[in-house]
Amino acid sequence: MAVSGPGTPGTVRSTGPPAGGPVPAGARRIKAYADVVWRRLRPGERSALPVVLGLVVVWAVFQSQNGNFLSPRNLSNISVDLVSTGMIAAGLIFVLVIGEIDLSVGSLSGLAGAVYAALNVSHGVPEWLAVLLALASGAAAGALQGFFVARARVPSYAITLAGLLAWNGLMLYLLSPTGTIDINDNGFVASLTDHYFSDVWVAYGLATLGTAGYVLTAHLRVRRRKAAGVPHQPLTEIWVRAALLAGLAFTAAWMLNRFQGVPLALLIFLIVVAGLDYVLRRTSYGRMVIALGGKGEGARRAGIDVLRVRVSVFMMSGTLAAVGGLFMTSRLVSASQATGSDGQVLINAVAAAVLGGTSLFGGRGTIWSALFGVLVIESIASGMALLGAGQPLQFVITGGVLFVAVVIDSLLHHPPARNRA
Amino acid sequence: MAPPLLALRGVCKRYGAVRALVDVDLEIRAGEVVALVGENAAGKSTLVKVISGVDAADRGMIAWQGRTVRIGRPYDAQTLGIATVYQDLSLCENLDGVGNVFLGREIHRLGILDEVEMERRTLELMDTLGLGTPDVRAPVASLSGVQRQTVAISRSLLGEPRLLLLDEPTASLGLDQIARLFDVIEHLRDGGLGVLLISHNMGDIKAIADQVAVLRLGRNNGVFDVNTTSQEQITSAVIGASDNAMAHRTTM
Repeated sequence: MAVSGPGTPGTVRSTGPPAGGPVPAGARRIKAYADVVWRRLRPGERSALPVVLGLVVVWAVFQSQNGNFLSPRNLSNISVDLVSTGMIAAGLIFVLVIGEIDLSVGSLSGLAGAVYAALNVSHGVPEWLAVLLALASGAAAGALQGFFVARARVPSYAITLAGLLAWNGLMLYLLSPTGTIDINDNGFVASLTDHYFSDVWVAYGLATLGTAGYVLTAHLRVRRRKAAGVPHQPLTEIWVRAALLAGLAFTAAWMLNRFQGVPLALLIFLIVVAGLDYVLRRTSYGRMVIALGGKGEGARRAGIDVLRVRVSVFMMSGTLAAVGGLFMTSRLVSASQATGSDGQVLINAVAAAVLGGTSLFGGRGTIWSALFGVLVIESIASGMALLGAGQPLQFVITGGVLFVAVVIDSLLHHPPARNRA
Repeated sequence: MAPPLLALRGVCKRYGAVRALVDVDLEIRAGEVVALVGENAAGKSTLVKVISGVDAADRGMIAWQGRTVRIGRPYDAQTLGIATVYQDLSLCENLDGVGNVFLGREIHRLGILDEVEMERRTLELMDTLGLGTPDVRAPVASLSGVQRQTVAISRSLLGEPRLLLLDEPTASLGLDQIARLFDVIEHLRDGGLGVLLISHNMGDIKAIADQVAVLRLGRNNGVFDVNTTSQEQITSAVIGASDNAMAHRTTM
């Protein structure tokens, strides 16, 4: 029996059991459709598929335990809570893609919050300057670590492990007079996470803009490819994707509008994610970063300034850790010695990145899939808080999620069959 | 007479205690194919790495069109117009064919990678090369040996190099493809390109090379004119059975 499906005939690879096997036609049909969808996905999307399924499972489980889990209020809160971890994870992805790791991001986020609070509140530095200096502290710390990794070829886990403790110490010192500094709750940083665009048309407008933007760029791309005579996506695929995107965007908009509208923090996060995704996939810089993650000497032999790219990537991760730290400070309306020092922030960021399909082995990763990764992580945190689970259980679950994520990553990267000698 | 495209004088390269190259001289002229031969570990690939900037020479002089230059990293060699197909190909496994061909030399449109134009040119390049066209959008890791070789050769021909270094480029090619590659090399040579070709196959060398430079234990062991030298003479220089009379006659 021929495999039927909406794909191009003749290109459908039959992966099902041999014809005549004891598989009912209906199941085979579903498999054929799944096969077509699978082939249409880009590699980055394929590795993000498990996390999307994971998200559905997590939401279903918590909703069945507590009917408030999928309430507009809770989902809106999750969407704000995830921003700090999401920013950190987005920066971390650059480091992971070049095959290194930055263990200092949690401490750096705490340090940035402390720098901002200490300067602005304790020393009366203007807020904009305090924010800039907080970001600069992250960038400088990242660059320093990156320099030693790139120049002296010290393993990045060792350098950033040292950083983890040292930046944490610096943060404790900055906050040592009081232990906690409450920030100005009318300031810019505080408004980052407590401002909502309550006009319903903001949410729907953004959803429309996003979908229209996708359709437009996809069509322009197809037109250019046709004109150049190179293969292009079928138009149906664009419309299916657009429909999915619209469904997702308008559901989210509707949900957010049922609480307080679009959170400013979420909007900023989405813009940063879109921007960084663009940088990684559509610029020469991003291409160099990905090339660096390939094994061997390919990148250097292509004439790429490996040292500079390495340093810049750690700078990126340090800066985004600082951005995440400011959002954390904003959410807590204070900078406290406990922030970012218990390893939770670091583990959540790594887990979010790896869950989103970024490989610890380097060379593979997309920024936007971290959005799903961090959504899973924050959903779990929120769900457990809702169910009143204590810290011991939270730690075990978070650790367990990271564990599963890295095992899956490993299996995808080195299929067990190949490991056998 | 115009100075050679590339001239090496007294080039030395050590890896720890191993003297990989000792006082090596080499000249490549524009419009000339020089074959580099020698036994395993004679220093052939090391010499390619020195010229391409992967491993800078410890001592010695490199002149490009009569002008002394320093090649300290791959970027320097590329700027001069030296393109290389490495023995291990040195592709980025996680990038696709287009990404590899244009790596470090991407085409932009309004500051953004112009994937369409890069894909079109890659296909065009592979088409003129005629070695067959792999899926240029699949990660190179998933390609066959021949396809990877095609990507590496296409990459080296992008941007009209002046000197082409080919380290065993025929290793994974079939006979038809080797013939096709030699057609391309001859065409490029006639266009004024200099070529340094490493090969183990004496038949290949007879077919394509103008000069043969022999390395033995990291030292020069003669340069021969392919048309006037017998295969036996070259072979005995490779294995060290002959004296260097021929070399003395033709190196100057």
